[in-house]
Amino acid sequence: MHNFDFVKPSSIADAVAALSSEGAQALSGGQTLLPTMKQRLAAPDVLVSLTGIAEMQGVCTGEGGLHIGAATPHAVVARDAAAHYPALAALAGGIGDPAVRNRGTIGGSVANNDPAACYPAAVLASGATVVTPHRRIAADDYFQGMFSTALDEGEFITQVIFPIPHKAAYVKFNQPASRFALTAVFVAQFSDGVRVAVTGASNNGVFRWTEAEAALSSDFSAKAISDLTVAADDMISDLHGSAAYRAHLVKVLTGRAVTAAR
Amino acid sequence: MTKVTMTVNGKSVSAEAEGRTLLVQYLREGLGLTGTHVGCDTSQCGACVVHVDGKAVKSCTVFAMDVAGSEVCTIEGMANADGSLGVVQQAFQDHHGLQCGFCTPGMVMSSAALLAENPRPSESEIRHYLEGNICRCTGYHNIVKAVLAASGQDAGAMAAE
Ligand SMILES: Cc1cc2nc3c(=O)[nH]c(=O)nc-3n(C[C@H](O)[C@H](O)[C@H](O)COP(=O)(O)OP(=O)(O)OC[C@H]3O[C@@H](n4cnc5c(N)ncnc54)[C@H](O)[C@@H]3O)c2cc1C
Ligand code: FES
Ligand code: FES
Repeated sequence: MHNFDFVKPSSIADAVAALSSEGAQALSGGQTLLPTMKQRLAAPDVLVSLTGIAEMQGVCTGEGGLHIGAATPHAVVARDAAAHYPALAALAGGIGDPAVRNRGTIGGSVANNDPAACYPAAVLASGATVVTPHRRIAADDYFQGMFSTALDEGEFITQVIFPIPHKAAYVKFNQPASRFALTAVFVAQFSDGVRVAVTGASNNGVFRWTEAEAALSSDFSAKAISDLTVAADDMISDLHGSAAYRAHLVKVLTGRAVTAAR
Repeated sequence: MTKVTMTVNGKSVSAEAEGRTLLVQYLREGLGLTGTHVGCDTSQCGACVVHVDGKAVKSCTVFAMDVAGSEVCTIEGMANADGSLGVVQQAFQDHHGLQCGFCTPGMVMSSAALLAENPRPSESEIRHYLEGNICRCTGYHNIVKAVLAASGQDAGAMAAE
């Protein structure tokens, strides 16, 4: 790994200043970034740790729903979101393994936008808002294809705000070696309709399955999607599963999520 | 190089580190605490698990500087004050929870973290919690028995594989 200067600001304002310098990069739990740096796929000059900023930690209810600080580890979301948004807490509790959940953060996961990551499905299906020091980005505008987001150079996530649905569930088909999602579906029912977000399946990263949303908005049951088909054209094909297999999983897991929703 | 200070196994320690120095390097090379092992170096195997402020973390995937000032506990901190094996370590020995021993420091640290959160875990809770700890030798069965025994439960009652 190439060496770098390490800084650990204790306020958002100091982090904004530190990340505005050329060659600076944010570090949260490091569960993705450290392995990437070991492979020399990333070689920042300055690493700015965001885990020492108190205003970026923790889960609380507030305007617009559940506010989660971007530097909150998965294990804390699993515990502290359970009473407010059980499907989101369960998703956080199913990421990786306990040691990964003690370090990895929601901000790091949402910023990275891995096509097989769990949180992007929750953010998109909930219609959540991604908050940065200077603006708020709606989930529908935020995700822009695998590993790609609306964040500008040097911009970082401080918080994610989740509207709380009446009912929701996340059903994940584990890729057993990596423990990421081979394919997973988050279904959320709001008073103005149902949102369905799929991760792990598409070459374009997380996406909304709008046909299923329409069907489920008029009839929230697994039966309602039984006549729909999912095109395999844009699906990921790898040694763990073909494109057709993933397309099939999308429908099966959506049905299971609807049945499991509470 | 900068001096990085933290508390390891109850003692305040400091050692030189660069930005890129991993916690596991700090422990093994800086402090000579070679009980923590590096199996994969890619956060997959769990051999390097230690506790930072009471939480299990993979020390190959944390920078030493990022945990400066924290309380760290390693396998060397698991023995009793008189040097005899701690409860979890003794259970691993009694139930043959190890063969080559390479994964064992991480298994013991993860198991201890589980028992701190959940003092009487079921067999399935133990298997689930140890998902991030890979063992190439034991087939896991005796590890699970050891954790059941360490929590004061009857390991003999567990079904044979
Ligand atoms: C063994 C293993 C299993 C895993 N299993 C799963 C799984 O099942 N599901 C899943 O979803 N994930 C999984 N992960 C990934 C894990 O959730 C990571 O923690 C997460 O993807 C990245 O979060 P982090 O806090 O570690 O970010 P880091 O590794 O610190 O950063 C990741 C990237 O985001 C940037 N960044 C970090 N924080 C911010 C911020 N606040 N604003 C803007 N940019 C930022 C960094 O510069 C970097 O580019 C797994 C990881 C491992 C090692
Ligand atoms: S050496 Fe750290 S997880 Fe394998
Ligand atoms: S005892 Fe050999 S790897 Fe676990």
